[in-house]
Amino acid sequence: MSDTGKPLTRDLMAARVAAEFQEEWVVNLGVGMPTRCSDFVPEDRTVILHSENGVIGYGRNATVEEATPYVVNGGAQPVLLTPLASIVHHADAFAIIRRGLLDVAVLGAYEAAVNGDFANWRISGRKGGGIGGAMDLAVGAKQVFLLLDHTTRDGRPRLLERCALPLTAAGVVTLVMTNLGLFEPAGEHFALREIAPGFTVDEVQRLTGAPVVAARGLSEVKV
Amino acid sequence: MRSKVVSSFEEAVAGVEDGSRILVAGFGEPGTPHNLIAALHEQGASDLTIIANGAGMTRDDGVMTTGNLIEERRVSRVILAFTASTHPSRQTPLERLNEAGEIEAEITPQGTLAERIRAGGSGIPAFFTPAAVGTEVAEGKEHREFGGRTYVLEEAIVADYALVRCWKADTFGNLVFRRSQRNFNPIMAMAADCTLVEAEEVVEVGTLDPDLIHTPGIFVQRVVSIPEAGGMLQAPPLAMFSGTPRS
Repeated sequence: MSDTGKPLTRDLMAARVAAEFQEEWVVNLGVGMPTRCSDFVPEDRTVILHSENGVIGYGRNATVEEATPYVVNGGAQPVLLTPLASIVHHADAFAIIRRGLLDVAVLGAYEAAVNGDFANWRISGRKGGGIGGAMDLAVGAKQVFLLLDHTTRDGRPRLLERCALPLTAAGVVTLVMTNLGLFEPAGEHFALREIAPGFTVDEVQRLTGAPVVAARGLSEVKV
Repeated sequence: MRSKVVSSFEEAVAGVEDGSRILVAGFGEPGTPHNLIAALHEQGASDLTIIANGAGMTRDDGVMTTGNLIEERRVSRVILAFTASTHPSRQTPLERLNEAGEIEAEITPQGTLAERIRAGGSGIPAFFTPAAVGTEVAEGKEHREFGGRTYVLEEAIVADYALVRCWKADTFGNLVFRRSQRNFNPIMAMAADCTLVEAEEVVEVGTLDPDLIHTPGIFVQRVVSIPEAGGMLQAPPLAMFSGTPRS
């Protein structure tokens, strides 16, 4: 992959995304890698985590000892509640989403494109899929961040000129975190804002299915 | 006042006909009516339509899921937000039948599913939503612009039965849910002709604070007390969800 670099760990990727959350943001974390972000919300910030099943104001993932059968996040994993927590039913959880109250939805994805399209619900050759709340979140949240591995297991790029898989939503992605860096879909290319330590821009470009342009002030990913 | 409490899960699901449309609540484990699903499994009705968030994996610990009903070809149609497992390595019975074209599987965004159920329970036949516009899920559906934004028309869902799980019920069927157990339960209870409830505790009318009741008893037809009927109070946690130690 690289002569000198090691891809970022999932915890580092989650921590870097969580560092973007601002004071009093309402944030939805999708199934998979994104739910990990709840463990890395900066301690100096109050971030209101919202989940599709109607939990508003949950906190970090619960340990085996702390878990209860009553409180789970959008990935059905046990979580803790914060003191400001409240509970609504499923239709109201999505009313909050469509009403535009989410500052960001962090979602997993199979593919992301330079035009802000993304695909995360059906893989090719499969009849069924898993939309979950992604299509509602993608059009309801003020911003959509993606959290995904830079390539597939067999090394094909997931960051592309155009998505090949069926879209979840068109033109909504504002930030893409992969194990190689932090990117912004910029219309014709991905702007590389931060890069995994030890990687060069050329190495990242070789693993990307669209042009990568180093942003002004490009730095290493730091948390 | 007649009590709505019946003494067994068998009695709760008695009379469910072949061809019924059934709403099944739950998101993950919380709020999933495992005892009623098991009773429906025993009861034998077939050609069912199941409307739920997902159609579960079968489990190897004896806990019945909708996946068991599908595996036994008792379900001819599903409406779900997940028609495939989020873990490609763990294939559900639905995926196998769907790939073989032996079941009708409609996928719908989860918020659209919830709103279709709320609409069904609220006397609203259809509504417009921005979710899925520009995707294959919206293909063939009516589109319309409001305020310069495009929306897609989605129709309400009503059903013959709803299978519901709650924390406390009174004998009139007033229900209280605990934490994320609430999820689809209150809206499904409103959208079915016959709402069947398994309750972790059944109390006398007048015990629950009216201000704190989530589902009024007028939406509920039958209630079973899980402990009194000898049911399973909590499903054993699945290994994959039994706490997430920090790495």
